Amino acid sequence: MTSDIFLFLSAFLASAVEMVEALTIVLAVGVTRGWRSPLLGVGAALLALGVLVGLLGPSISAIPIDTLRVIVGALLLVFGLQWLRKAILRASGYKALHDEQAAYAKEREEALRAGRDVRAGMDWYSFTVTFKGVFLEGLEVAFIVITFGAARTHGVALAAAAAAAALLVVVVAGVLVHAPLSRVPENALKFTVGLLLTTFGTFWSAEGAGASWPGDDAALPAILAVLALASLLAVRALRDRQGAPAGARA
Amino acid sequence: MTRLSAFARFWYDFIVGDDWRVAVGVGAGIALTAALASAGLSAWWLMPVVVVATLFASLWRATGRRA
Repeated sequence: MTSDIFLFLSAFLASAVEMVEALTIVLAVGVTRGWRSPLLGVGAALLALGVLVGLLGPSISAIPIDTLRVIVGALLLVFGLQWLRKAILRASGYKALHDEQAAYAKEREEALRAGRDVRAGMDWYSFTVTFKGVFLEGLEVAFIVITFGAARTHGVALAAAAAAAALLVVVVAGVLVHAPLSRVPENALKFTVGLLLTTFGTFWSAEGAGASWPGDDAALPAILAVLALASLLAVRALRDRQGAPAGARA
Repeated sequence: MTRLSAFARFWYDFIVGDDWRVAVGVGAGIALTAALASAGLSAWWLMPVVVVATLFASLWRATGRRA
């Protein structure tokens, strides 16, 4: 039960963060050049991602569970540590925060400058840009859904439900606000997602390698607490190291 | 750059990212955990230690260059 809640939360937050970034691209292109072609691009990207999860999910499940947990744990750890590392660097001021308004303005400018290549009633610039944006942002979500799904029973369904819920929340927010969701605390979310992915990666890789966790699933919150404490200490130490730079905080 | 090397580069960047040493640290931690477990010793504590040490080392390398 504990790990199901953590799994749902991880997939939901990771999906939400990626979808906020994809929404910025879709909005910029749609507002500038019209909605039909960008929406077809979004639909095609979601379909491609669905096919990817549908094909890879069941075939990965055929691997023996202990081997699978080592592979999935290692992948999640490497992937999660990337998120966590970047979030810590942003929170301590060593890396610039992602600015949705700036990204939106840049996408709009590029969409205005691009020529119109309309064939078969389709604006191919709009289709390609939104397809690429949604597919690449969604690839991280698909990766998380597949790896979570592979490592536990009903994991794909649970992680896919979390991703679908995040998609719904972001789309509804995007339709209501009709602007990039720049008030979403992206780095705090990425920090949390990095912590959750790293927690699952630590748990599954050790278990797959033959270790037994005290309390089984109940070890997950303890691992999360240790990693959170270590990460916050790292942020503090890095801020002290360069004299608390202004402008970038989680 | 050929399409094949661009494809390989994309997946390398997607999974391994900016610091390949993190992947090496994770692999070494899993191997050590397996060695401890197969020797019948308690091994659960090792991965959290390796993960924190790998993260700190990577952060210090990244910021040391610019500090």
